[in-house]
Parts: sequence; structure tokens; C-alpha cells
Amino acid sequence: MSDTISVTVKVWRQNGPDSPGGFETHPQQISIDASFLEMLDLLNEQLNDRGEEPIVFESDCREGICGTCGVMINGRAHGPQKATATCQLHMREFADGDEIVIEPFRAAGFPVIRDLAVDRSPLDHIIESGGYISVGSGAAPDANLTPVPKDAAEQAFDAAACIGCGACVAACPNSAAQLFTSAKVGHMALLPQGQPERWSRTEAMVDVMETYFGSCTNHGECHEACPKEISLDFIAYLNRDYVRAKVKNRALSGQR
Amino acid sequence: MAQSTRERYRVDPVRTRRRAWPFPLNIYQSAVGRKWVMALTGIGLVGFALIHMVGNLHVYEGPARMYEYAETLRTLGGGLVPKSFVLWLMRLGLTGMFALHLHAAITLKDMSRHSSDNAGLMSGAKKYAGGRDHIAATYASRTMRWTGPIIALYLLFHLADLTWGWWLGPDFIRGDPYHNVATSLSSLPVAILYVVANAALALHIFHGAWSIFQSLGVNNPRYNHLRRGLAAGIAGLILIGNLSFPILTQTGLISEDNRACPINDSDGLVCLAEEAEGH
Amino acid sequence: MEPGTTPQPNPTVLDSKVPDGPIADLWENHKFSMNLVNPSNKRKFEVIVVGTGLAGASAAATLGELGYRVKAFTFHDSPRRAHSIAAQGGINAAKNYPNDGDSVHRLFYDTVKGGDYRSREANVHRLAEVSVNIIDQATAQGVPFARDYGGLLDNRSFGGAQVSRTFYARGQTGQQLLLGAYSALMRQVAAGTVELHNRSELLDVVLKDGRACGIVTRDLLSGEVTPHSAHAVVLATGGYGNVYFLSTNAMMCNVTAAWRAHRRGALFANPCYTQIHPTCIPASDDFQSKLTLMSESLRNDGRIWVPSGAGDGRAAGDIPEGERDYYLERKYPAFGNLVPRDVASRNAKTVVDAGHGVGPLNNGVFLDFAAAIERDGHDAIATRYGNLFDMYQRITGENPYTSPMRIYPASHYTMGGLWVDYHLMTNVPGLYAVGEANFSDHGANRLGASALMQGLADGYFVLPYTIGDDLAGLLGDSVVPTDDPVFTAAVAGVEDETGRWLSTNGSRSVDHFHRELGRIVWDNIGMARTESGLRKALSDIPALRDEFHRDVRVLGSADTLNQSLEKAGRVADFFDLAELMARDALEREESCGGHFREEHQTAEGEAQRDDDNFSHVAAWEWNGPDTPQTRHVEELTFDNVALSQRSYK
Repeated sequence: MSDTISVTVKVWRQNGPDSPGGFETHPQQISIDASFLEMLDLLNEQLNDRGEEPIVFESDCREGICGTCGVMINGRAHGPQKATATCQLHMREFADGDEIVIEPFRAAGFPVIRDLAVDRSPLDHIIESGGYISVGSGAAPDANLTPVPKDAAEQAFDAAACIGCGACVAACPNSAAQLFTSAKVGHMALLPQGQPERWSRTEAMVDVMETYFGSCTNHGECHEACPKEISLDFIAYLNRDYVRAKVKNRALSGQR
Repeated sequence: MAQSTRERYRVDPVRTRRRAWPFPLNIYQSAVGRKWVMALTGIGLVGFALIHMVGNLHVYEGPARMYEYAETLRTLGGGLVPKSFVLWLMRLGLTGMFALHLHAAITLKDMSRHSSDNAGLMSGAKKYAGGRDHIAATYASRTMRWTGPIIALYLLFHLADLTWGWWLGPDFIRGDPYHNVATSLSSLPVAILYVVANAALALHIFHGAWSIFQSLGVNNPRYNHLRRGLAAGIAGLILIGNLSFPILTQTGLISEDNRACPINDSDGLVCLAEEAEGH
Repeated sequence: MEPGTTPQPNPTVLDSKVPDGPIADLWENHKFSMNLVNPSNKRKFEVIVVGTGLAGASAAATLGELGYRVKAFTFHDSPRRAHSIAAQGGINAAKNYPNDGDSVHRLFYDTVKGGDYRSREANVHRLAEVSVNIIDQATAQGVPFARDYGGLLDNRSFGGAQVSRTFYARGQTGQQLLLGAYSALMRQVAAGTVELHNRSELLDVVLKDGRACGIVTRDLLSGEVTPHSAHAVVLATGGYGNVYFLSTNAMMCNVTAAWRAHRRGALFANPCYTQIHPTCIPASDDFQSKLTLMSESLRNDGRIWVPSGAGDGRAAGDIPEGERDYYLERKYPAFGNLVPRDVASRNAKTVVDAGHGVGPLNNGVFLDFAAAIERDGHDAIATRYGNLFDMYQRITGENPYTSPMRIYPASHYTMGGLWVDYHLMTNVPGLYAVGEANFSDHGANRLGASALMQGLADGYFVLPYTIGDDLAGLLGDSVVPTDDPVFTAAVAGVEDETGRWLSTNGSRSVDHFHRELGRIVWDNIGMARTESGLRKALSDIPALRDEFHRDVRVLGSADTLNQSLEKAGRVADFFDLAELMARDALEREESCGGHFREEHQTAEGEAQRDDDNFSHVAAWEWNGPDTPQTRHVEELTFDNVALSQRSYK
């Protein structure tokens, strides 16, 4: 059988959005082959056996692609391993005797629902405000009608790889959502299909973003926390496109 | 029809959007636009800091050259405009940039503070009760809001000290910057203050100069790796130049021991002007 | 089948409502013959779409674009979390861009054959026809498909197909397609045509006078139980692979929506058709929560082997070449490591059961890249599979460049689901099922890269047409008000159920029972099934279910986010489904696709179909909790494809 380590789990418990929260400490014996969330599963099993309510945390695919999971682990969004979502983190990244502090992703735009679960719906509102290309079902021309340079397609993909987990907001000292927003704006601005709505999209998405989240001061923490390693370059593109959009949208609406 | 779940759980926006100002002022209403303004004014201010430092290197050529340099600044624009006109324009411009930089910084900081407030944590407390482990954020980037005010206060002190001569009293001779610098910096506490403040300035510029590229979207993957180096270079240059003045004054390299002209605001200045002329 | 204690309705032959005519023109002609709803009348119709994966999001978005008033429900926090997002490989379409002889007919033919002749020809042909539109649609939405240097779309061959018809976006095709459908959906949310209800789980389907008129949902945050009414209800709630507990499905995937519909009268078809994917990372502990799929493409270069001697405990590197058994290459010289999924899976089980398993728990087989690395070089392999190798290393802590991967089959996709006719309507009028939730297009086995195709075909291009035909007849009818007795009774039933879980006060967690159930299902209704095993399952499942209902411990309250409470209802439905799977597998006295009965195999150990007696769909009708379901059949006829025995020698 695999090696086992003993760790102390210091986990944030909070009953509801308006209840006070605090840390709870549990010793835990765990195989190093277990995933981090399986460690929490096991802890929950023990809590349930003892008649205590299990810790609420969210996860779904556990393959690092759905973006449902995500907690702060020892002060880092998604924990110590680079380019790895919480669900893909394994206990072999920890040492025997470690204390593991687990907190929810925090931001005013991400109110705590319960324990480690937070509400990330403002990210949906940002998409809703313009994170799409307006093409109704059936209205599309042949897919090969518009060639897209391979490099542009690849770079668009780098941005489109965003899983919407919110780690960028959680990691940002300012709780800014620039990396998330810029990834979607960048993805579409790089493709020919995204051009007609490029300027209105950029302006609308940034405006909604700023009603929920803080201002980017270029720390770069978001990129380090991002499980998909989305580049800070997209933030630069977003900043450039936003001010250009202010000018272009004016021109497009006939005001010069 | 029942209210949708989504509406019931709609997260309250941290701020509401105000009525749009006319173009192009509306750019300043957004945080991204405000960062543009910070970046553009930052370019002006860094440029000023750099030129100011380089100009001050005249101090190493002695009192006469320093006098001449100051005089040149006042006579910029030649005979076309009244004396000091261009200088005052520059001062106004700098003050304006400084005010905008400050206003944008304060309002953006406020915005970010509100965006990090969170249920379950006391308002104003740290974002994470369990602590943070920063990976990319540098000491410089995280202390912008401390180095900024330090620089602002230092600037006021610096103006009062060497432009307005508030506390040098009779020792302050308007028009003889060499003398004023040498006198002020020969005091150890003042020298230390200059060193500390310039360290803060360098830290601020180190993050700020890099940040300018990001905020303005000046981005080319081929050259991006140079941006950090450039920022460090500018910050380092300004730091070394500016630190040399207090340190070398304290070590005696900048001194008036071998000064030819008398120290006063009448024939002393005339003597400096003649010496500079004959140079 | 044991006769029930109460009289059962007579088994009937189901009408698929496939129109007559030559198959190539069927859909085109039918589109013309269907009733239309006038554009200005569309806003008078309300449609509920449950689930926001590929099928649900595309359906909700398209119906919204058409002008219907749509309510979309997801139990996730955001539509973008649906498990469609985890699909890796790609999406098939008969575009024939590579000019290698592909056509709608060939895709149709391959899909019917790959499904081992247990799918409905007309549906599959329609799927192949609209496949080309999906690629156009997704590209226009900004899905960043792989492109060649000329900037045109790239294709690859997938899962042993003889043409290159698979479009892909790195190893994240499902993610990109879902994000495309999600963005289309969010556009309609912004436009106000779709009302999005997140964190809302369907717990009942409501019928009035035999017609679906709405659903009952539980708000997962507040626990509030709410009725919603509509003219039609569309279920796009995915498959039931999590009945095995360990599967590649996401943690929350469940059968509840489909099962509650089944309990209200919708027929559940072919539950025993489940697909076991051969290349997953084997479990490392007893408390493992799920299994991770490694792309099938790995078999293009990896060689599968086990030690020749049973119980060989040596590390892979210490086993000399002569003591390795490359069993797929040995048994299938023509296809070798590239045999179809079901064949590869079954053979892995055979060697592991015979004691040749590798790894700490002896539960895997080696997938070895040493030969490929020696042949093509480390860098070439890293370019091809770098991401996958990194993922493997993250999960197992082992370096696949230096030691072989360990793989083992795992539950991956379920071909069975709610029975639907050609219009994707279940036998309950007004109730539709799309995507993996229905049974329709894959027969007994799904081909690689076809799941994404089917989900999007249903949502973008089939349901939006067929639903109008039915709704047109309802013009002028208002929805059943939510204070109607049918709704209040359903709400009371749901509240009653949640209360029951909380007051059971047993001793074991929901997960404990789910894990135990999964073991029974995996051992007996897994890759290879026997009559005795199925009978054992039929006695073990009800026993464990009784214990579950008696001894489950769900703590906390119903008026807050309570994950154990959510799971309790889902696991209860898995118990009922598992029992039906066993019965369906027992009744189907043949082997076909993912359903392999050891009693029915060729001399070479391949699946032996019985076309004379089982060329039909088995669709089960619910008769109440304590009465066995009734088995109805839909006869399958094959006029355009000749039935043959699959062989991969």
C-alpha cells in the first residue's frame, strides 16, 4: 500500500452568507496517492460518522476542466502546485506533519454560500454582457469559408482554455477579474468571427466586470494561480482594446 | 411568474454605474481608463524623475555649472516668452499629472478595497484570515500604496526644503542650488530622509514602469521579456543618481570648501554667472 | 422475469413515428411536412429545458432564438460546468474536408455498425446529415478548432475510423463546444428569451391528463421546492454512468431527472447498454472518488501488455521482454492495440481477472511507450501526448516517459436512456429527451467523437424543428397553473422525500451506500455479464437498497446547501436503475456492443448477436415501486445497412 502522512487540516466553516465564520481544526491521516479533495471526502465521512455536518465544498468533474472546485490552500488559490486545479492536487505535494489551511475563494463578488462554497455568478454576468458571437443556430456559413491563421487560432485557444474557476479573482490582492474577462475578450478578438462585435463586446464586458470586481494593478498573482496558465498578455490586450473601443464605438455610432 | 433563482441569488454589485460623462471623459470613469491615466501620467512623472536626476548631476561640475543649469531652466523658450514661462508651464503640467495620478490611485484603491470586503470577515481586515502566500506579486507591487504616499510627502518636503527654502532660513539662497543642496544634505537626518524616500521612489518606479506596459496594452511577445529589465534599469538609474547626492554630501565630496564665489544672493550670484560665462 | 403481484399492462410494440420514404430524403421531407408555429405565436409557448450541457444549452439557446419563452434549469452554479466540458477527443462530422471518401452515408453506416446494429436507422441518418451544420455553427461561435497552416480546419482519424472526420480543439473539444453553446445560451439570457435557473435540481416531472405540464425543482441553496409549468418539458440531463460509483463521469452526474420522468410514465430504453472506456487510470485506494480518462489516442502509440506469469510482483522494467504478454497484439494481429473500446476493455478485464494485473492493487495493465519513444524520440512523443503524460504524472506521481502507464477500463458513457420517437419525444406527450439522456442514436455501443455530435445535433438542429410540430396543436392553450392539484401534490411529494432522508437517522453516509452499490453493479453488470451474476445483482441490490433506506445518515437541514441530502435522492434513484439494468441485461439473451453476455460469444470470444430474437429496443415501463417494470419493444429494421458480425482479427 501507499505511504501515509499525518496532516492538520485547518478549515474555514461558515453556516451561511451572513453567519460569522471561523477555522476548525482536524487531524487527518491520509495516503499520499489520495487527491486533495478525496482527503476532504474522507474527513467528511469521519465527520458524518461522528454526527457532525460535513464540510461543504464544491467539485464536479475532478479532472481540472469544469472549474467547479477551488479553495485557498495555505494562502494560494488551488494550492501549491502550478497549473493545477484543486481537484488535481494530490497529497504527495504535502509533507508529514504539515498544517493545511483551507479558506474559500474570497472577494466581495464571490459571497460565501457555506463553508468553502462561494457564489461566482458575477462571472456569468460578465459573459452575459457580451461574451458571445451573435450567430443564431443555422445562420452560420460553411466552416471553411473564413480561414483563420493557425497562430491566431492557437492563441485564441490559449485564452479560450479558461475554466471560469475564479482563482484569478481569489488570488488577486485587489479581487480584480481582469484575467477572466480578458481571456474571453481576447479569445474572440483574435478570431475573424469575433470582429463585428469586438468593440461593443469589450466595452460592455469591462463595464460589467467593474461593477463587481476590483481594479487590476498588474501584480500577476492571477496568472500564477490560473490552472490553465492564461497569460497576462491578454490583460494588456484588454486594456488596449477597451480604450480603443471607447473611440471606435463612438465612430461606429456616427459621432466623430 | 416566480422570480428566478438567478435573480434571488444575484450577487449585489459592489458599485453602481454612474451616468456616462461625455467622451473622452467617460474613459476616466472606468477603472481600465483610470489605469491608462495612471500609466500616462506615470510616464510623465518617471520622465521628470529621470531628467531631474540627470540635470542634478551638474552638481558634480561645481556651483557655477549648477547655477547655469538652473538659469537655463528659467530661460527655456529663449526670448520668445517671458522668463520662467516655460518652467512654470512644466511645473503646472507636472502638478496636474501628479494630481491625476494621485486621484486615480486613491479611487482605484478604494474600489479594490470594496471588492475585497467579504462576508465572514470584518470589513477592512485582510482578504484571507489564514494568510496569503504571494507568488508573483513583488514587494514593490504590494507596497505601491505605501511608497506612493511616502513619495508625495517627500515631494512636499523636498519642495519646501530646496525650492521654497522654508527651514534653511537665511542659509537658503534663491538662485544658488549648489549651496542649498550642500547645506541641506550636510545634515545627517535630512540625508537619511532623502535616502529612504528615494528608495521608496525606486520601488514605486520599479513596479510602475513595468505596469505602464500592461495598463496601456503595449505588448509584444517578442519583447515582453525586456519589460522587467527596462523597469529595473530605469528605477536603478534614478536610485543610484539620486542617492549619490545625500551620500556624497555626507562623505564630503559635495562641499563648498573650495568654492571661489562668495555665498550670498547678490554678488555671489553675479560671480557664479561670470564663472559660468568664462567656462 | 418474475411476474409481479399486481396485473401488468400488456407489452406493446412501440411506434417510433419514423416517416416513410427513402432514408436519404426522410428528414428533409419531414421538415416540410411538420406543423409550424407562426413567429408571433412562438412567444405564447413556454418550454422548460432541464440541463445545460451540450444538448440542453444548445436547445435552450436555439428555442430562445426562435422566440419561445424558455426556462433553463441547471443544478450547477453555472451552465458552463456541465460534464460535456470534460470530453477530450473530438466531434465527428461528414464534412469530407480531407477528401478521403467520407460522406453522410458513410458516417451513418459507421455509426449503425459501430452501434452493433441496435440503433434506429432513421435517427442515425439524420444525425449524420446535420453533423456538418454543427461544425459550421460552432466555428461561427468562435470555437477554436485545430487548423492547418492554410488556416482551414484540421481533421484526424479517431477511434479506429477509416476516414479522418474528427474535428478537435486540442484535447479539450468538449470544453470548447460547451463554451460555445454556453455563450449562445447566455446571449439569450441577456436578450430575455431564456430565464436561467441555476442551482435548481429537478425532483419531479408533472403530468396532467397524461401530458407533461411542468416540473418541480429544489433550490439547492435555500431548499425551497418550486413548481414550474410549461407547454413542453425537455430533459437534457445526461447519462447514468455514475451508477458504478467509480466512473469517468463528474461527481454530480446522476439519473434523477430521467428516472423521475420514468416513474411518471416515460419508458426507459436499453439500460444495460453502458460503455466502458479502456484507457482510464486505475484506482489507487479504496476511497478513490472517481476515475480519470486518458484519451483513447494513446493507443495509437502505446503497447498494451501484462506479465505472462500471474501474480508477478516485479516492476515493469524488471520484466524481460520474453515474459511480457502483448495480449491485444497476440489475439488481434490486424487491429492490435487499436481494437474497439469494448473489445479492449473486455480483454483487460480477462487478464486482470486471471491474476496478471499490475500496480499496487493489481488492478491495471501496462500501456507502454518505450518502443514509440525509441522509434520516434522523446520529443515527438512529448509533442503528441505531453499534456496527457503530465496529467498522468500529476495523478499517479509516476513518470510515463520512463515507466509504462497503468490503465484500466472504467464506466464512461451510457447508450441507454429515455425512449424517444423520431421527434425526440418520449412516450409521454410534451416530454422530450435529448443528448445522452435519451437512448436513440448509438445503439449498443457509441463510436468515439460521436457523443458531442449527438448532443449538439439534438439541441441545435433536431429538437427546435420537431417541438414546433407538437406545440402547434396547443395554440391558445395556457399552461397548467402551478396551483393546480397536480403541482401541489408533486411539491408535497418532494418535500416529503427530503424530510424522510433527514429523519432516517441511520449510521452510514450516502457515499458509503453508493460505493457499495457501485461494487455490485461493476462486478455483475460491468464489462462481462453472466446469468448467475445478474441474478446475484438482482438479489443483492434490493437488499442493499432496503439497508440504505433504513440506515442512511443525512445530517443538517433541508433549508440550506446540504450536499448529503442532494446525494441521497440521487443514490436512491441509482438503486432502482441498477435493478432495471440487471433485468434488462438478463432479458437480453445475446451479446451486442457494450452488453457482453459470456453465454453468448463466438468461438473466438467475440460478441454474438441474436438478430432473430433481439433486433429490437427494450423499453421499460414503470409500474410502481414494488412491481417489476414491463418490457416493451420497438422492432429495429435495417433496410440500408447489411447486418454483419464485427471482426477485428
